[in-house]
Amino acid sequence: MKIGILINEGPFTHQASDSAYRFVVAALAKGHEIYRVFFYNDGVYNCNKLSEPQTDDRNLVSLWSKLAQENEIDLVVCVAAALRRGIKDEVVEEGFRISGLGQLVEAGIQADRMVVFGD
Amino acid sequence: MEEYDENGPEIVKRFMYVNRRAPYGTIYALECLEVVLVAAAFDQDVSVVFVDDGVCQLKKNQDTADIGMKNFSKTYGALDDYDVEKIYVEKESLDARGLTEDDLVIPVQVLAADDLREVMAQQDVVISS
Repeated sequence: MKIGILINEGPFTHQASDSAYRFVVAALAKGHEIYRVFFYNDGVYNCNKLSEPQTDDRNLVSLWSKLAQENEIDLVVCVAAALRRGIKDEVVEEGFRISGLGQLVEAGIQADRMVVFGD
Repeated sequence: MEEYDENGPEIVKRFMYVNRRAPYGTIYALECLEVVLVAAAFDQDVSVVFVDDGVCQLKKNQDTADIGMKNFSKTYGALDDYDVEKIYVEKESLDARGLTEDDLVIPVQVLAADDLREVMAQQDVVISS
């Protein structure tokens, strides 16, 4: 199955991104295709490579980055939500790209299922 | 952004955007409205739902001067210009907040929770915030 993912929260205050990450790992293990992961609202903070969590905690920015590169997953950060929050190309971790909201709608059109992770 | 409207869309799906939160205090309402206005350009079957505190987003006569935030309630009036005509408001949520259809900035279809549930079940993509 082709699955689209929407993440609406950042990597720390809420569990949405953690849950989505685990969902994606499990879906890939079952042989599903992840069509795209779209980051909206505070979800755009998941791409910030300047983020430095404590070293004994998980680092979702690098986990997403690694997962995307190993599995060729399209990680898209909403440009409008990103600009508001000071997220620009120079702070975007490898494996993520900034693009428009149309990418979310297109994921909804192309994927068999759209799964939303938020608060 | 991909353009789907040059020769008509290849696929038309039912997209529903669900607003559950009050208009101010968090950014969800404003950013959801931004999604809907973009989504409208894709020639999909779009509907917008207001439930729980989300019904307050449509309240008439909002005055945000004292909280220093932009009053974006007039933008809901643009939904009609974008051909977004399926706007549903849950009756129970209005009742619980002492509101009626007359208190809202745009014409809507008021649905009981049971009926709204049926409309929701018919959707291909449900995006809530």
